[in-house]
Amino acid sequence: MELLKRNPAALFLKILILAGIFSAIQYMISFKILSTYYQMTLTTLCLNIILAVSLNLINGFTGQLSLGHAGFMSIGAYVSVVFTQNLDAPFLLALFMACLGAALAGLVIGIPTLRLRGDYLAIATLGFGEIIRIILYNIEAVGGAAGITGIPKLTTWPWLFGSVVLTILVINNLTNSSYGRAIVSIREDEVASELMGINIVNYKILAFIVGAMFAGLAGGLYAHFFYIIKPNTFGFMKSFDVLVMVVLGGLGSTSGAVIAAIFVTILSTVLQSFPELRMVLYAMVLIIVMIFRPQGLMGNKELSFKILRRKRGEAKK
Amino acid sequence: MNNILEINHLTKTFGGLNAVSDVNMYIEKGELVGLIGPNGAGKTTVFNLITGVYRPNEGSILFDGKSIGGLSPHRICREGIARTFQNIRLFKNLTALDNVKIAFHKEVNYSLLSAVFRTNRFYQGEDQIEQKALELLEIFQLGDKRNELASNLPYGEQRRLEIARALATDPKLLILDEPAAGMNPQETNALTELIHWVRGQFNLSVLLIEHDMSLVMGLCERLYVLNYGQILASGLPEEIRNNPKVIEAYLGEEVTKVVSGS
Ligand SMILES: Nc1ncnc2c1ncn2[C@@H]1O[C@H](COP(=O)(O)OP(=O)(O)OP(=O)(O)O)[C@@H](O)[C@H]1O
Ligand SMILES: [Mg+2]
Repeated sequence: MELLKRNPAALFLKILILAGIFSAIQYMISFKILSTYYQMTLTTLCLNIILAVSLNLINGFTGQLSLGHAGFMSIGAYVSVVFTQNLDAPFLLALFMACLGAALAGLVIGIPTLRLRGDYLAIATLGFGEIIRIILYNIEAVGGAAGITGIPKLTTWPWLFGSVVLTILVINNLTNSSYGRAIVSIREDEVASELMGINIVNYKILAFIVGAMFAGLAGGLYAHFFYIIKPNTFGFMKSFDVLVMVVLGGLGSTSGAVIAAIFVTILSTVLQSFPELRMVLYAMVLIIVMIFRPQGLMGNKELSFKILRRKRGEAKK
Repeated sequence: MNNILEINHLTKTFGGLNAVSDVNMYIEKGELVGLIGPNGAGKTTVFNLITGVYRPNEGSILFDGKSIGGLSPHRICREGIARTFQNIRLFKNLTALDNVKIAFHKEVNYSLLSAVFRTNRFYQGEDQIEQKALELLEIFQLGDKRNELASNLPYGEQRRLEIARALATDPKLLILDEPAAGMNPQETNALTELIHWVRGQFNLSVLLIEHDMSLVMGLCERLYVLNYGQILASGLPEEIRNNPKVIEAYLGEEVTKVVSGS
């Protein structure tokens, strides 16, 4: 395999780090070192990473302002619950269907709306998120406004960890290929991109489908951890939260999205001790970051071993 | 078919303005043709019609015997027409190498799933594209700039990079919108030679818009003069140079320039 030959040391190091993180946290969970509260935070953290990395594919790499990510998440949540609760399907299949359902929604929404540009696309996707919410609100079979309760708790650490790794791996491999370069060229200059032979509508739809798919995965994981889902859980504010992470991390940087998701999750956890000031402090921190790093924490750069190596080389000089 | 491009009765209006009206042109295979004319004559609009950026109101465009009027730009690119832009339109935040790699898009020979699973095929495909892109950069003396962001390159190199990027799409017809704009005389000379050489090397037909008369007269085998959206004259460079109608059109421009004090 070429993958092994190219850079065995880096690959080995990455696997080692991942295995380390996985087992350390699994150890803390198994031996009850991590309280239920922190396990909840950990889950939120993982879901935020999945959501931010996948939205970044649409907003950051492709440059299409989408405000409907929570809508795709809700489709994943509801679809997966129907499969585990009503059809007694295994969790893996339920999650797969969650991805598929959200991806299909991405396709259906994407075809008409991705011909729109900028503000119009933002409004259309915003509308889509609201429509999904209102539809769920009015379907009695899935509990209407009250939502669904008593969802089995199937989302464990291995599922979360696996999903995060899968999301990052797929999106990173996609963006670092000819297909990814085509997607980025759309963000850079749609007209030039099309004139270089790139079918920009198809690639926008591709980014939209893949982004939606992972939002659906996050929805399925969410539903099977937090026991209850309601249409209001997946409102505009949720989409907005994810957008904040993407902008904060830097549009078009996967590692930026991961770092920002971690940062925002920890920040809101810490701020929960100051309930009155929470939103004010949250906004202030974000404003301060944007003043000093308007391009986001990472800009459009990626954190990689290569950057570290270059930094060291420069230091020697 | 001896003509790579044939344009008949091409017309484009913007509101009440006839930007291009009833234009007839042809380019023979392998020919190097110039399109000249005063500012606002409609030259760039003709290019935008040929490449599918605009749809013509009337008229037909035949490329290699096939009608391409109304096709979308990426389809027209795939048919074999590539272009550069009057106001350089590189992918600014990407490296010179990535700019060229993107234009090799139609040669990508691995699937999306190959990319996601990093199969051997993916690596082979990427290596091929990288190698071809580097070769093109070398030809345009941009090899050592491969990792520079396009926006950080000096003006003349950006113009060259745009031509390299256009060639990466493997065109039969290359159309250049004021390739020498903003270049100094030495750079313009080098560019003239480069265009000449590239045409032979890549087996191209070339259509170019240019204001720099030394480049046009030295390089083009045939010229079309556009004025107020219409073809004013066409023929060999010497004929055009001595054509009274052309002189008047350009003189008119000079006079306006003097009057308006610019
Ligand atoms: N998208 C557009 N909408 C409205 N008018 C346009 C548009 N594009 C071009 N025009 C008009 O059409 C006319 C021809 O413009 P064009 O850009 O083709 O001229 P040109 O010959 O390339 O001039 P220059 O030498 O200055 O580049 C101009 O009057 C211009 O204002
Ligand atoms: Mg022009």
